[in-house]
Amino acid sequence: MPRSTRFSLNLLLSFSATLFFAGCEPAAPTVADNSVSTSDTAGSGKKMPVAAEATSTETPVSTTANTELQGRVEIDGSSTVFPISEATASEFYKKFPNVTVNVGVSGTGGGFKRFTKGETDVSDASRPIKGEEFDAANESGVSFVELPVAYDGLTIVVHKDNDWVDHLTVDEIKTIFNADTAAKSWSEVRDGWPNKPIQIFAPGTDSGTFDYFMEVVAGKKGSLRADMSTSEDDNVLVTGVSGSPSAIGFFGVAYYEENKDKLKAVPVINPETGDAVSPESSTIESGEYAPFSRPLFIYINAKSLSRPEVKRFATFYIQNAPKMAEKTGYVALPADIYKMGLKNVRSRKTGTHYVNADGEKREGPVTEVFQATNLNTGK
Amino acid sequence: MPESSSQSNSDQRSTPELRGRAGRMLTEKWFSYLCVATATSSVAVLCWLLYSILSHGLPALSWTLLSNPPEPDPEQAGVRPAFFGTVWVCAMCGLMTLPIGIATAILLEEFPPKSKLGGWVYGLIQLNISNLAGVPSVVYGILGLTAFVSMFGLFERDQDSQSSGFELGVTYYNQFFSEGDRAILIPVENVDDKLSVVSEGMEAYTFARDADGATIVDYSKLVPTEINVITYDDPYPEDPAVLENTLFADAEAGRVSQKSWYYFQVPFGRGVLAGAMTLMLVILPVIIISSQEALRAVPSSLRAGALGLGATPWQVVRTVTLPAAIPGIMTGAILAMSRAIGETAPILIIAGIVYIRNAPQHLMDDFTVMPLQIYNWTSRPQEAFHDIAAGGIIILLAILLSFNAIAVLIRQKMQKPLS
Repeated sequence: MPRSTRFSLNLLLSFSATLFFAGCEPAAPTVADNSVSTSDTAGSGKKMPVAAEATSTETPVSTTANTELQGRVEIDGSSTVFPISEATASEFYKKFPNVTVNVGVSGTGGGFKRFTKGETDVSDASRPIKGEEFDAANESGVSFVELPVAYDGLTIVVHKDNDWVDHLTVDEIKTIFNADTAAKSWSEVRDGWPNKPIQIFAPGTDSGTFDYFMEVVAGKKGSLRADMSTSEDDNVLVTGVSGSPSAIGFFGVAYYEENKDKLKAVPVINPETGDAVSPESSTIESGEYAPFSRPLFIYINAKSLSRPEVKRFATFYIQNAPKMAEKTGYVALPADIYKMGLKNVRSRKTGTHYVNADGEKREGPVTEVFQATNLNTGK
Repeated sequence: MPESSSQSNSDQRSTPELRGRAGRMLTEKWFSYLCVATATSSVAVLCWLLYSILSHGLPALSWTLLSNPPEPDPEQAGVRPAFFGTVWVCAMCGLMTLPIGIATAILLEEFPPKSKLGGWVYGLIQLNISNLAGVPSVVYGILGLTAFVSMFGLFERDQDSQSSGFELGVTYYNQFFSEGDRAILIPVENVDDKLSVVSEGMEAYTFARDADGATIVDYSKLVPTEINVITYDDPYPEDPAVLENTLFADAEAGRVSQKSWYYFQVPFGRGVLAGAMTLMLVILPVIIISSQEALRAVPSSLRAGALGLGATPWQVVRTVTLPAAIPGIMTGAILAMSRAIGETAPILIIAGIVYIRNAPQHLMDDFTVMPLQIYNWTSRPQEAFHDIAAGGIIILLAILLSFNAIAVLIRQKMQKPLS
C-alpha cells in the first residue's frame, strides 16, 4: 500500500526534523528543586559523619574515572527502591565506567526469589526479608548483608478542596480502610463530617506499599476492604484522588511531593505523642511521622562481595545513600544506621535483623531493630 | 429479497407491511449513521491519542533522548540501550518466526495428509495453533523462562563456578584490584577452577597503557606483570608505581569475562535470544494463520495449471503459490511484528531490566526493550519523566513504522497481477 509507505516516510522525516529543533526545553524544575530543598534539611549535623567518612575513605565522585576495574553487578527487586539504585548505578558509572551495573524491577518478592537462588548480586526490597525467604537463602547456601538505605513515608492524601479533613487518627484510618468497618461516607468516620461517599484509591495488592499499609492498618490477620480502586501505577492514584473531591488515597511521599498543587496530605496523629504530624522529610527522619514511615533495604550477596567490583559498588552505595535518597524523593536514615551498614559490609556481617530465631518477624522502627544484637545469621 | 414478496408489498399500500417497510428504511438510515459514528469515534480516539503523545513527546525528542542511556535525571536520560534492544529482539524474532511460520502454513495448506494418522496429526497442529493465538502473552513469558532461559533446569549450574552447560567465544579471567587501583588479571584455564589465591610470581597481566598513561581496555593487548605481595605486617609501600602492582596476601579475586560478538551459551540465559524466541512463540500463531489464509486465497486453477504442466508440488509452491500469497503473508507479518514490538509482559519476565547502559553486544547479552523503558518512565512521580516517555513512544512508533515499511516494500515488489 503506497499510502502507508508515504505516511511512514512522513513520520520519519518529521521525526528527524524535530530532532534538530527540539534543543532546549525548560529545565525540569521539579527534580532540581526537590534535591535542593531536601539537601538543605540534610545539612543538619546528623549526616555529617557519613559525609566525612565518605570523603576520607574513598576518593570523591568528581575525580577521574577508573577504567581499570572490570566486571558486572546484577541488581533486581522492588520498583520502589529502583530509583535509588538507578541513581547510585549512574554515579558509580562515572567512577568505574567498565563495571556493568544492571538494575531490574521484578518486585520485592520476585527479586528475592532470584536473589535467594544466587542469581543476583544485590536485591532491592521495600520491606525486610521474610522468614521463608530467609530459609530459602539458607537452604541454597546464599548468605547476605542487610542494608537499610532510606525511609519512605506513606502519605495519605485527599482532594485539594477537601476542607473537612484536618487530620486523621490511626483508628479513623482503620475505620475507612478495614474490611470489617469499611466506612461508606465521611460522616461515619467522625461526627460533624459531611455525609459524602468515600472513594478510595490504593496501590496494587502486589506492591510492597500495599503490604506495608495493610500490616499497619489491618494487622496480620485482618484485610483491607475490597471495594477500592487499585492501580500498580501511582500516577493513576494521583489522577483519581485529584479528580474527585470526596476521595482518599495513599502512596509513597515522592508522588505527593510532585503533585502538591493537586492534593492535600493528611497529617496523622502519632499514637505515642498524640500530635498531628505531616509527612515531611524532617518528621519522617525523626520518626515523628508514625506509623506510616517505612525503611527501604538492599540485600547484598556475601559471596558476590568478594568480587572487587561488587565490594566497591556496595561501599559506594552505602556512602552515597543519603544523597541518592534525597535526590529521588525519599528521606535519608539516621547517620548511625549507615555507619553500621558500612561496618557490616566491610566485616561481612551476614544475616537479617528482621527475622528472629523462631523465624518470626521482628517489629519496630529501624533504629531499634537494626542493632548488632538482633542479627540472625541463620546458621 | 424475493420478487414476489416485494410485489405484494406494493400492491397493498396501506397495510402494516408498508409501515414495516418505512420502519426498515428508517432503521437502515440509523444503522448507517451508527456505522459512521463508531468509525469516526475510533478514529477520533486514535487522533486524540496521537495528539496527546505528540504534544507531550515532540518537545522531549532530542538527540540526547536517542543517544543517551537511561539516567536518573530526565534531562539526560535516553533510550539508546532500549532502542537497540528492541531492534535486536524484533529483528531476531522476525528472522526466526517468518521462515518457521510460513513453512508451517505451507505444510498445512499445500501438502495434504496422505494417511488417516497424518490427517489426525494435522488436525491436532491446527487446533493447537488456533488455541495458542488466544493465550495471554504473560503465559508465554513464563513458558519462555522455563524453556529458553533455564532450559528446564537440564544444565544445572554449579554455584561456585560461573560456567553454564555449553559456551563458545568467551575467555575468563580472575580479577584482582590492586592497592593502586589497577586491575590484575589472571587467565583462567578451566572455567570450573577455583578463584585464584595471591602468590608471589603468579602469572598475571595488566591492561596496556597508551602514551598518555590511559588504560587500553583490550584483552588482546594484555601486558605480563610482576606482582608484589605484602602482608599486614609489612610496611605499606608509598610509591604509586609499586602500589599499582601490590596486592595483600589475602586479596580476593572475582571472575570477569571477555565475550566475543559470537558468544553463545546453552542454556540461553536472560539474553536477547531467549527474549526473541519468547516473542516468537507469541506471534507464531498469528503468522501461521494469516499465511494459511493468504495461501488459501490463491485460486486453485493456478495450482492445477502448474501441476498440469508437470510441476512437482514443491515447484508449484515455490514458483506459483508462494509468490502469489506473499502480499497477504506480509500483511500478516506486519500485524504480528507490530504486536511483538509492543509486547511488555513476556519481556518483563524474561529480562526485567530497566537500567542498563549498553546496547546488546551478542545474542546472550542482557537487554531491555522500549515498552519496558517507557512503562518505567510513566510510573515515575516526576512530570519530566512522563514527557520523555512520550518521546520514547514516538521513537517506538518510528521503529514500528520502519519495520513495517520493509514489509510493505517486500509486498510491493512481489505483488504481480495474477492473470
